[in-house]
Amino acid sequence: MSRLQACFARLQAEDRKALIPYIMTGDPHPEVTVPLMHAMVKAGANIIELGAPFSDPMADGPVIQAAAERALEFHITLHDVFKAVTEFRRLDDVTPIVMMGYLNLIEVAGYEAFARLASEAGIDGIITVDMPPEEAHDYISALKGEGLDPVFLIAPTSTDERIAKIGAVASGFVYYVSLKGVTGAANLDVDDVRQKVETIRQHIDIPIGVGFGISDAQTAARVSACSDAVVVGSAIVKRMAAHQQHNPEQTGRVIKDVSELLGSMREAMDANPAEEITITA
Amino acid sequence: MPTDNTKQTIDYSAMPDERGHFGIYGGRFVSETLMQALDELHDAYEKFSTDKDFQAEFDADLAYYVGRPSPLYHAERLSKETGGAQIFLKREDLNHTGAHKVNNTIGQALLARAMGKNRVIAETGAGQHGVATATVAARFGMECVVYMGAEDIVRQAPNVYRMKLLGADVVPVSSGSKTLKDALNEAMRDWVTNVDNTFYIIGTVAGPHPYPQMVRDFQSVIGREARSQILEMTGRLPDALVACVGGGSNAIGLFHPFLGDESVAMYGVEAAGDGLETGHHAAPLCAGKPGVLHGNRTYLMEDEGGQIIETHSVSAGLDYPGVGPEHSWLKDIGRVSYGAITDTEALQAFHQLTRIEGIIPALESSHAMAYGVKLAAEMSPEQSMIINLSGRGDKDMNTIAKIEGIQL
Repeated sequence: MSRLQACFARLQAEDRKALIPYIMTGDPHPEVTVPLMHAMVKAGANIIELGAPFSDPMADGPVIQAAAERALEFHITLHDVFKAVTEFRRLDDVTPIVMMGYLNLIEVAGYEAFARLASEAGIDGIITVDMPPEEAHDYISALKGEGLDPVFLIAPTSTDERIAKIGAVASGFVYYVSLKGVTGAANLDVDDVRQKVETIRQHIDIPIGVGFGISDAQTAARVSACSDAVVVGSAIVKRMAAHQQHNPEQTGRVIKDVSELLGSMREAMDANPAEEITITA
Repeated sequence: MPTDNTKQTIDYSAMPDERGHFGIYGGRFVSETLMQALDELHDAYEKFSTDKDFQAEFDADLAYYVGRPSPLYHAERLSKETGGAQIFLKREDLNHTGAHKVNNTIGQALLARAMGKNRVIAETGAGQHGVATATVAARFGMECVVYMGAEDIVRQAPNVYRMKLLGADVVPVSSGSKTLKDALNEAMRDWVTNVDNTFYIIGTVAGPHPYPQMVRDFQSVIGREARSQILEMTGRLPDALVACVGGGSNAIGLFHPFLGDESVAMYGVEAAGDGLETGHHAAPLCAGKPGVLHGNRTYLMEDEGGQIIETHSVSAGLDYPGVGPEHSWLKDIGRVSYGAITDTEALQAFHQLTRIEGIIPALESSHAMAYGVKLAAEMSPEQSMIINLSGRGDKDMNTIAKIEGIQL
């Protein structure tokens, strides 16, 4: 059983939902990344999404792009992402890690070499924003050959046909991007999300995570009530931006800020707001 | 290596394949949110590209609004001074709005209208595509937003003003290198967010399928006209075609109708900037390697880790780290040769054409002129060459005056 499968099985047994924070490797400072990962787990994160910075992050909004630019000031490469995960694994061999990035980094590394190094480092799943299933045949074989889960995105615009196509190749979980638009956009309509998640469930039997537009504890709780996992990205990365001075002494403050946010989300999600759950039969 | 008599005949008109691949290049590498929109666009394009009424309206607009056919001009003084091949200029600079870009924006705006989208967006580098988009948006009464790198806005101030006069909202992009690639990122983000009512008019033969094919088809009017014009004027096919390549739309437009004519040699000219050896250039075909950016697999300017690197060219329209995927394929199969021209050589060619023929070329087209003149000098006066004069130089007056220390 992969770390992702084990994680979701454990949560299901406890009747809890996964909290998945996203951070960019090397943001705001390379020395922050690993301690922050451990702190997020302590604050209630179940899975960590770790960004690999790319110069042209087309699917991301200004907040994540700024994070990538901060990381690239330190010349963070895939190798640094692997290094951070290897270091994290010395103390935590349970929490799944999903790397999120853009295809060109993996193209340049070569699919098979990338998959081998990612797996050796202890990464569990890969989200490649600009790799749709239609183009992904060799990519998927390379990942699965090394026991990595290819995690795919589903959008509000995905038709039933496309959802089924994604369901046929995805493993680990699928990530429903709950808004049209880029990361960090506002105005999430939880009722729309609930309906779409129901539709996705008709085609896909692995866990469904929801992300984009989740920035506070209440929204996290409401979204978790109708899905299997909640992904929080821009709301965390914004807190990094407030500490962007290249000063490792700030590590403590960044970690405290992010931990508080995640702690409040964890609490609200576990409180299980039954009155919010008006899901269809 | 195959010899001539074992060489397979390639059906160039059959490319790309159903999913937009030119060999290993092209394809569709975008976030899931856009996949459905691209499917819709693909279906609409398939439907309308074979629709007689749509084609008739496109042809009529090209004739009466753009002013086509553009002339094929025999540059006799330049040919004589060069002392080699007869140089013919395909005068895309005489089109309405001053460049080849409008051929494509008319086609895409007609498609947007047919699809019921009333808002169009575009990215622009030199501003020519932005102006061409703002122009057709004004004519069709569509809302228009143009994304432009903050640095390009400074370099191309007259075009920014033109777009505003035409009613477009010009949005400065300050992320990354503040040039064309960043404008393209931002336009993609707008499209992802407003995909229901918005048509993204891409200005070159790059991007996710079906854009490279669709833009090529709209621009191929250049080569179709040039082919019949040169046959009429000289009685035979040209020996060489030369065009500048940024994204590569004017080059594909000229080349494509000739690809099956094996006797016609073709040369795409990239921007060598300060020189290929300096690293400050915009020549992915000459000095880059394959990767994935902006929705397609193609040659890119990238570092060893896969980050896109900043490009340099005196010409904003060539200042782009990628290139259309069909060019990448044509390079690999050896059908088209790709070379590069430095800023300095382009500026010399700019002055040469201006002084000898009384034609002020765009800095982009000046790259093609510089390469073409060098090549023509090695050919004989019985041979002929077509250089695509893709745009006029009015927009570049500020840039050139500044380089030469002249206060306007």
